[in-house]
Order: sequence, then C-alpha cells, then structure tokens
Amino acid sequence: MTAPGESAAGGTALSVRGLVKRFGAHEVLSGIDLDVPAGRVTCLIGPSGSGKSTLLRCMAFLEEAGAGTILVGGEPLGFAETPQGRRRLPPARIRAVRASIGMVFQQFNLWPHMTALGNVTEALRVVRRMGRAEAEAKGLAQLRKVGLEDRAGHYPAQLSGGQQQRVAIARSLALEPRIMLFDEPTSSLDPELTGEVLDVMRGLAADGMTMVVVSHEIGFAASVGEQVAFLDGGRILLHGSPRDVFGKPRHPRLERFLDTYLDRGAAMLA
Amino acid sequence: MTVDWGLLAEKLPDVLAASGVTVAVWAASAVLGVALGAAVAVARRFGPRPVDLALKLFVEVLRGSPFLVQLFLLYFGGPFIGLSLDPIPAGLLALTLYGSAYYSEIVRAGFAAVPAGHVEAAACLGFTRAQTVLRIQVPEMAVLVLPALVNMTVLLLKETAVLSVITVPELTLEISAIGSETYRFVEALTLLALFYWGLVEACGGLGRLAEARLSRFRFAGP
Ligand SMILES: Nc1ncnc2c1ncn2[C@@H]1O[C@H](COP(=O)(O)OP(=O)(O)OP(=O)(O)O)[C@@H](O)[C@H]1O
Ligand SMILES: [Mg+2]
Repeated sequence: MTAPGESAAGGTALSVRGLVKRFGAHEVLSGIDLDVPAGRVTCLIGPSGSGKSTLLRCMAFLEEAGAGTILVGGEPLGFAETPQGRRRLPPARIRAVRASIGMVFQQFNLWPHMTALGNVTEALRVVRRMGRAEAEAKGLAQLRKVGLEDRAGHYPAQLSGGQQQRVAIARSLALEPRIMLFDEPTSSLDPELTGEVLDVMRGLAADGMTMVVVSHEIGFAASVGEQVAFLDGGRILLHGSPRDVFGKPRHPRLERFLDTYLDRGAAMLA
Repeated sequence: MTVDWGLLAEKLPDVLAASGVTVAVWAASAVLGVALGAAVAVARRFGPRPVDLALKLFVEVLRGSPFLVQLFLLYFGGPFIGLSLDPIPAGLLALTLYGSAYYSEIVRAGFAAVPAGHVEAAACLGFTRAQTVLRIQVPEMAVLVLPALVNMTVLLLKETAVLSVITVPELTLEISAIGSETYRFVEALTLLALFYWGLVEACGGLGRLAEARLSRFRFAGP
C-alpha cells in the first residue's frame, strides 16, 4: 500500500507525553505517550472502557488531564509547564490552539435548530466573524465535499444518521483544522450507512489530513491506519503499523479483543 | 339580574385606564422577570459555588411564601430599611422578583435539557462560553421551555390582582370600587373575570404562535 498524502507528511502534528487522567479515584489513563504523525491516520482501538474516548477528548481539551502534556504543532494545549509547575493557560490561548483541531462525535451533535448549511457556517460566522455570503459559499463547498450540497436546507431531524455525520464532518472541516479527531464516527449508524461515512474519511486521509480515529471498524483501521495503538486499561499496550500490530504472532490480549470483532472486519486479518 | 349598560359605559374610561395599568405592570414584570430569572440561572450554572448557593436561597425564599406576604413585606416593611416605594414601583418590583424565581428554575431546566455534546461541539469549534449560550443553548432550549414560560406568565397576570391591596390602580381595584359604589358586584366581578380570561387567551395564543415557529425543526420528518 502506498502511504496516503505523501506530500503533507512529515513531522509530528500532535504529541502526548505522560498523560494521566483520573475520574475521582478511578485512573482512566495511566501515562500515555503517543506521537501523531502529520498527514497520516492514527487509529486507536481497544476494549470498551480502556480509555480511548478519554484520550481523544483530552486531545480536544474536552477533558483536562491531571498530569502530562499535549503539544499541538509544538504549542502546549491547555496547560504549560513553567518553573513554578503546571499552569492552566488563559482561555483565549486554549481556543487558539484548539482552533487547529476538529472533532467528530459518535452522536454527531449537530445543532437541531439550524439547517445543515447553518451548522456548517455557524462557526465561520460566530468565531471567524465571516460575512454571510462568504460563509455560505464556504459552507456549500464543504457540503459538496461530503456529497450533501443538495441537503443544505434540511434540518438534522430531516437527515439520515449517515448524512448527519457527514454534515458534522463538514462542520469541522469548514474551519480548516490541521488535525481531525473521530470518536467512533460510525458506531451509532445502521450498518448500511457506515460505508458513506468511512468513504468520506478515506477521502480525507487521501487528501493528507492528519487524523486520529477511535473505531471498532477494524477493517478501516487496518487498511487506512498508518499507525495503530491498542489501548488496554488506560495504557497503550501495542503500538505500530497495522502490519506490526495485527501480524502474527499476536499479543494474547489483542487476540481476545479481535475475536469479539470478527464481524467488524477483523476477519480479513485472520 | 339585569346588566346596567349605561352605568358600565359611564365607567368605561376608568376601566380602560385600570386595564392599561394591569397590562403594563404585567408585561413589565414578565419581561424583567424573565431577564432576571435568566441571569440568575446563568450565574448559578457558570458562577462559583457560593454564588450558586446564595441564589438558590433567593429562589427558595421567593418560592416558599405567598406573593401577598412578599408584597406586604416589601411595601410595609421596606420603609424600615429605607426602601419607601410608591404602590406601582413596589408592585412591579415585588412581581418581578417573584416571577424571576420561577423563571430562573425554568431556564435552569432548559440548560439541563440541552445535550452536553451540543455544547462540546461548539467548544471544539472555538466558541466562547457566551457565544455558546447565546447561539446554541438559548435557541435550542427556547422551544423546550416556552410552554413553561407561557404558563408562568399567565400565573403572573393573575398575581397582578394582588397588587390591589397596596392600592395599585389596576383592574381589580378599579372594578371592585365600581362594585362597591353601585352594588353591582356580580356584574363587576364577571366583567373582571372575562377581562383576565381574554388576556390569558391572548397570551396563550402568542405562546402557541411562537412555539409553532420555533419548533418547525423538531417535528420535521425526513
Ligand atoms: N465523565 C466520567 N466520569 C467518570 N468516569 C468516566 C467518565 N468518562 C469515562 N469514565 C470512565 O473511564 C473509563 C474509560 O472510558 P472511555 O469512555 O474513555 O472508554 P472507551 O475506551 O472509549 O470505551 P468504549 O469503547 O466503550 O467507548 C471507563 O471506565 C468509564 O467508565
Ligand atoms: Mg468511547
């Protein structure tokens, strides 16, 4: 397989060092180190409760880690290490770093009171303070990219799950992020609708977008992922190219995990 | 029972003036009450914990006693702490505070009804908290809280009648006076009830219009 987006590749887009996250007494992430290469797809897999979503949410600064650092293009996200210790950055600084990150949720999280086009243009208008005409032109271009230009005037309630998720992807892309995070983007879709979303993601990967994808679609992880990280109990247990991670002999923990996902494309690895 | 239309016609200007006072005090206290209630709800949700607790007490106290008692305390007790108000400002203030306690609980429920993911999506796109409240949370909750807001506003209208006890020249005071003057109590009170009913219906109608307009996205089929 040829690496996608060869030209955009190079360097580390996001790096995680020593990340620890607790919910109360429960340590959910126990010292995560991970480098996300620019222009490549990184897939996070692992059993339920292993901390995949929590790690991704820390990268989007939706959760604040208790220790460790996240650098986005070299800039600290959320907290800075100073001689006086770890310090929370001011909100404007956090928003600035966050602006280069897009997030796509399992539940789409489209705003129900706005049309598809409204959802895509809202941040352009409110955050980027773009004029209506310019924002709408840009929004329509994004909707075209995900194949939904003809649904611009529809409300989320009038769209299928797959269409809603594609609008959500367009909404993130409108701000031209450098990194896209996906948390199980197809898990709440009917099986026949997952394909259209995965196709959009494959297209993005081919365009050289840096992506971190939490997915139970093992087939997608194995075919598009440049690197795969297998989380278990808040640690990265295995990490490398799909060939390294999925190749035999396999770690017994991974073997057991794959057994439960045979119908999600893991069969092709057998 | 015969209705003395001549008498009613003679009193019509007074009745109209009094109904103007009722509608004005009601509308002002509803608008100010919603604004104050929304501010209380926002402060409780986003402010530090002591602010939340202090405002919770404010809400509990105002919901924990009859409006009549609060009105008396403000009007007759106010001068002891240097707050001497004329009847109309006193009535307006009491009604606004009373309404704001209930309105704040409605808005609080509204915030809770907006899925956290919708707020997180805005945060990821770089919205400030104020932008998220104004552009996402308030419009999204509006359709959910509208029936409760209309309901409370109708209750507030009926509480304006209580202002007659501190001599606010509103409809109940005026029409009771006409009743005593003419011994036509039944006619007077029937007229009064009809008048309030008309206002309640108008308010409900406006609410339904607003709801239909706001909710077009919710029930739309694919
Ligand atoms: N807000 C929270 N408060 C308390 N505990 C939480 C919270 N969010 C997650 N957890 C716990 O953290 C652990 C890891 O959760 P996380 O959602 O990251 O797992 P996951 O790998 O994404 O699982 P899944 O595949 O089921 O989505 C779980 O035990 C979960 O119960
Ligand atoms: Mg998860």
